Amino acid sequence: MPSLWIQNARVIDPAAKRDARGDLFVVDGKLVPSLSAAAKKRAKKIDAAGLVACPGLVDIHVHFREPGQTHKETIGTGSRAAAAGGFTTVVCMPNTSPVADNAGTIQFIKDAVRRDAVIKVLPTGCITVGMKGQTLAPIGSLQRMGVVAITDDGECVQSNELMRRACEYAKMFDLPIMDHCQDASLTQGAVMNEGKMSTRLGLRGWPHTAEDIIVARNVILSEYTGAHIHLQHISSRYSVGIIRRAKERGVKVSAEATPHHIALTDESLASYDTNFKMNPPLRTEEDRRELIAGLRDGTLDCLSTDHAPHTDYEKDKEFDYAPNGILGMETSLPVSLEILVRQNKFKLPFVIDLMTRRPANLMRLPAGTLAEGAAADLCLFSEHEQWLYDAKTGFSKSSNSPWSGQTLTGRVKTTIVDGRIVYDGRKIL
Amino acid sequence: MPWTRKHLITLEELSLAEIDQIHATAVAFKRTLSRSVKKVPALRGKTIVNLFLEPSTRTRMAFDMAAKRLSADVISLDGSSSSTTKGETLRDTAENIQALQADMIVIRHAAAGSPLYLSRILDIPVINAGDGAHEHPTQGLLDTFTMKEHLGSLRGRKVVILGDILFSRVARSNIHALVKMGAAVTLVGPSTLVPHWFTDLGVSVSHDLRSALADAEVVMLLRIQHERQSSGHFPSLGEYTGMFGLNKTRASWLNPKAIIMHPGPINRGVEIDSDLADGARSVILEQVTNGIAVRMAVLYLCAGGQPELVMPTD
Repeated sequence: MPSLWIQNARVIDPAAKRDARGDLFVVDGKLVPSLSAAAKKRAKKIDAAGLVACPGLVDIHVHFREPGQTHKETIGTGSRAAAAGGFTTVVCMPNTSPVADNAGTIQFIKDAVRRDAVIKVLPTGCITVGMKGQTLAPIGSLQRMGVVAITDDGECVQSNELMRRACEYAKMFDLPIMDHCQDASLTQGAVMNEGKMSTRLGLRGWPHTAEDIIVARNVILSEYTGAHIHLQHISSRYSVGIIRRAKERGVKVSAEATPHHIALTDESLASYDTNFKMNPPLRTEEDRRELIAGLRDGTLDCLSTDHAPHTDYEKDKEFDYAPNGILGMETSLPVSLEILVRQNKFKLPFVIDLMTRRPANLMRLPAGTLAEGAAADLCLFSEHEQWLYDAKTGFSKSSNSPWSGQTLTGRVKTTIVDGRIVYDGRKIL
Repeated sequence: MPWTRKHLITLEELSLAEIDQIHATAVAFKRTLSRSVKKVPALRGKTIVNLFLEPSTRTRMAFDMAAKRLSADVISLDGSSSSTTKGETLRDTAENIQALQADMIVIRHAAAGSPLYLSRILDIPVINAGDGAHEHPTQGLLDTFTMKEHLGSLRGRKVVILGDILFSRVARSNIHALVKMGAAVTLVGPSTLVPHWFTDLGVSVSHDLRSALADAEVVMLLRIQHERQSSGHFPSLGEYTGMFGLNKTRASWLNPKAIIMHPGPINRGVEIDSDLADGARSVILEQVTNGIAVRMAVLYLCAGGQPELVMPTD
């Protein structure tokens, strides 16, 4: 593998508070402070003038659908979409078919990753057997197999007793619990945010209280047991308030927001477009603003996409019957730049931090840093280049994106994993 | 003003002028209903498919009747006999109907937004005959048509809609039409079935029957859907009737000339006293008859007919 010399980039490394024009050097897949004159001559040079060079992006919430739903996505295609979006490490949810509640399925995933993935793809395991919320999955075995967290994502554990035991048990292994916060009794048949828009459209509402109640429960259980609970894709402004107060008391909860929840509201549903249907649903402008405030003040720790591919024929249905979820990998960076940097005046290094170091640290992943000796996982992007995103010609196997057909600003030019260029701005290598 | 719409999906999107056009056209068609030969040749040679994927008696028969009065050929499909029970998607079912050379499709569907979805897929006109809890535009049109027959202009008139509003497409379509026509609309019912978000549509919400009914000129009752009780929206049918059922005493609070309406089907003794449903102020069966004329107008206009061609010339 040739050494790399990335020249004249705006290097942003949130971990080192670095934001300066400079060069990056890679030898044997690791970042090094410099190259000898002779090594410089031999190194592959990448002209990064006008580009930002930062740690490869990290997403701790994606669905790559393998095993069992490979008509929607595979670990191979998902990882390619991730690479095209600047991601070098992602964490997969366990709601595959079969679900990842046993060592064998985790081994299957790891084998597929080794065989097909172009970036680092890490598994999570289930909290409960079959994600049914009834008995604990073999969490210890799952951890030995290398899951980075446990979660029943999409099927929030409803029993407070079981969740309490999961917290106590997982704490023994120092394993984070990720929770999709949804009280199922409040959301029977619900397909969108409950409020003015659901009233107008005649669709069943999903009140934010269903999220708030489970967020509050998780805060209480985290405080009681000492377990780290990571609150997935927060969508409600009240939940942001609950988390803010919990963190002030030092409770070990963390939380994420998605690009779509900070960019869009339930007003987008006026035409019943199923590419705006996801769970939790898009909420109101007030919620959207509070999520952004939560990211600004650290209440929300990171951005995650909840990349959730579904085929055209699955999404092309009556709104009530279409599955939840949208793509995220290829649009996360430009959408986050638009909403946070350009519209809300976040500093660029802070947004990079939300997409690299912070999510990596939450799950204790060796990623999100440009420190000497670290794996050379890098993302080079143009902050201002405009491009037309067409989900049909994107790298995911599916095309269910609300941003398809739109001109986005901010484009990934090169993605490097362990010193190897995996995406060159046009194709996967 | 020429009629320009191909589809009728919602009353929310119609202008007041368009509602008036449909009503004026319906007036002309209503006259034909009392003739000895009731057919007019307006849609001769056209085929209309009634795709009813949710149960319906009145609406489906009225659409059937309206199409036949217009001399169209009608094919009716219901949920149990269509291929949707074999797993065919709505898109495929609809594209097949279009490929079979239907000229128009009337759809009733349990999922809100389905008629809009079909109107984007198909080249032929799509008429919404009720989509989930969203809209039932022809019901809203026939209800306001009936109100106009009795009250004249609805501007400033006090209209009360009473019952299960949350899950009612009839309520939503009536709200949109009535607000455009300038009526003062109050929604009444248990707080669990009349959420405050409705005020955003330009109506008042009340849970006090007495003040709401006082001097109202129209009271429209909506069927209480029994299944709501088991989902905890209200304690029991008995309690509902006790709190919100329309009986003689409560009807006496209305304006003396008030009319009582109901889109059907009625639960006698639940939302309305049997005597009142059959009483002099009840216009419930007039609504049904007007449903034919209004649907004739809608089918005629959306098939490309122009209002002036059927307008009374005398």
